[in-house]
Amino acid sequence: MDRILLGHGSGGTMMHQLIKEHFAPRFEMKSLNDSAVVEGINHGKIALTTDSYVVSPIFFPGGDIGELSVYGTVNDLSMVGAMPLYITVGFILEEGFPIDDLKKILASMAAAAEKAHVKIVAGDTKVVNKGKGDGIFINTAGIGVIEKETDISPSRIKPGDKVIVSGPIGNHGISIIGERNGLTFEPPILSDTAPLNMLVRDMLNATGKIHVMRDPTRGGLATTLKEFATDSGYCIVIEEDLIPVPPGVRGACQLLGLDPLYVANEGILVAISSPDVVDSLIKVMRKNPLGKETKLIGEVQEEPSGMVLLKTSIGGTRIVEMLSGDQLPRIC
Amino acid sequence: MKDKKILTRIKELRDSIDKPVKLMEVCGTHTVAIFKQGIRDVIPKEISLLSGPGCPVCVTAIKDVDVAVAIAKMNGNILCTFGDMMRVPGSKQSFFQAQAEGANIRIVYSPMDALKLALNNKDNKIIFFATGFETTSPSIAGTLYEAEKAGAENFYIYSTHKLVPPALKALLDSGEVRIDGLILPGHVCTIAGCTPYEFLASDYGVPSVITGFEGEDILQGIMMLLEQIAANKPSTEIQYVRAVTKEGNKKALSILNEYFEPCDANWRGIGVIPQSGLRLKKKYSRWDAAKQFAIDVPEAREPKACQCGLVLRGIKIPTDCPLFGRTCTPERPVGACMVSSEGSCAAYYKYGKFALGFTK
Repeated sequence: MDRILLGHGSGGTMMHQLIKEHFAPRFEMKSLNDSAVVEGINHGKIALTTDSYVVSPIFFPGGDIGELSVYGTVNDLSMVGAMPLYITVGFILEEGFPIDDLKKILASMAAAAEKAHVKIVAGDTKVVNKGKGDGIFINTAGIGVIEKETDISPSRIKPGDKVIVSGPIGNHGISIIGERNGLTFEPPILSDTAPLNMLVRDMLNATGKIHVMRDPTRGGLATTLKEFATDSGYCIVIEEDLIPVPPGVRGACQLLGLDPLYVANEGILVAISSPDVVDSLIKVMRKNPLGKETKLIGEVQEEPSGMVLLKTSIGGTRIVEMLSGDQLPRIC
Repeated sequence: MKDKKILTRIKELRDSIDKPVKLMEVCGTHTVAIFKQGIRDVIPKEISLLSGPGCPVCVTAIKDVDVAVAIAKMNGNILCTFGDMMRVPGSKQSFFQAQAEGANIRIVYSPMDALKLALNNKDNKIIFFATGFETTSPSIAGTLYEAEKAGAENFYIYSTHKLVPPALKALLDSGEVRIDGLILPGHVCTIAGCTPYEFLASDYGVPSVITGFEGEDILQGIMMLLEQIAANKPSTEIQYVRAVTKEGNKKALSILNEYFEPCDANWRGIGVIPQSGLRLKKKYSRWDAAKQFAIDVPEAREPKACQCGLVLRGIKIPTDCPLFGRTCTPERPVGACMVSSEGSCAAYYKYGKFALGFTK
């Protein structure tokens, strides 16, 4: 059997066989009950999140939908200062989906869970008729614990705070757009997909003065900063020359008419902290492999409220707004 | 830093010229780059920068959008387009709206993608909506060459290609707006070269500089224009020497001329400009969607109160329009200049500092 059939979602023996052969051993599931029973959550606060993954293509330079679905949820939990512990996963498979691809994706999810120190503890599989899905969709949900004293929220942003980014921007979005359109780059541009929880742990251990963190996924750095500015009511000023844009991303963006500030990332975070701890925080982050290119890119000001301003290389200023929809390629 | 030196020189030149200077950037990419680099913040305020007609999406006639929508709705047809066109309002619908209603419309990054689609879907007719200036048109010609070789019987193009020099000539002939110098589009000139623009200085006495798109390029282009104005010696110069030659790209031009010929064309908001468009030559009419699909749509009217035409001609700036930022926004555009990412209105809206209370 090399393809998913409708019967694999029937709830009958075919489904049980699929789970027993492929899912359970990969994720070391001890029981096949519908609910997992877990231990070790005795904290004051827990964080819960869910996210669905529909990326196309499902395999792309530097990653695939499987690890993305684990890291995405791990990162969402991490951004509120939680240590992710357990993940559940729901698959929606399209009839005819190659089982070899499913195996690759499961292996990648298992490896990702191990790397991120989380356990995949419960799951669900549905199969839809051919033509009613795009191969595979994955939903993951996660649970994590937050130390009592940790408080990460845009409401803590204050004028004078510093803005840092943990690595170069644009790699994930460009790798996807490239793969989708048959463009190859030399050297190749790889997705930055990565779990940020260990970097966040290092950061939280270093200081309690991190006011907010977020991973700039869809909508990119610009959208995340705009969200911070709107939610806090302050102004965020960033400097163009300080923002790390890899040459390959810059070139591809010029070619495609995109702005790297709006291109998706999957393995970096933006943080805003008190100015007095920013230098030591950057030092700590640079010691972690995922933060070795951490940069200070700007600061928070009182006015104009709710705006993001960018100081350009030649000394001008421009407003950074959210996009109304997707970035579209230009035509000339 | 080099831009500091250029800025000092710009200020010196500005002081030696005894009137305010009005420069026009012809190309939408420049309009966006000028905002993105914050050029207006660093140059003297006596130098004003006007946006010109150089956004191919903005000048695509409403009727062309209507015809393409009608073609896309015909059974078995797939319309392929560059992404920028998707939101441009037609009389009744944009491509996005038609797509939501079930018309088969796809975004491609290159005309070759549309040809590939044709070769893989022999039961469908694939129509490529060909928009753009001289930068894009040779790649369409190249695609037709490939289509011919591959025997793609089901591939068509709908040409709304436009040429920049006739539009500039029409603009100067109209005398509606005083222009002291033209920042000419670097990308277009990599193909067309410098020669087609020499009439600007020789016949009209308007200083012109073919300029690149980095902040420093634009500042240098402005400096070169001011040098010409100060010395009262108009000429057509190239700042963007790393990409533009006098003759242009001969290979690209020869394939373009093999398939296309100039024709009168309707520019949205401006009207018909003689010999300013490109159509397929008669011997290639089997590829021509305008000929192969008998489509008759009513004459289209510009939306009321929309000032895109005046903006495209440099007579008004976007903020002069009563609709700007009120009924016309990038989310719900009325006129085409608000749609394209390189349209003047969209650039003013996105990057301008109106939200901060500035007016220019």
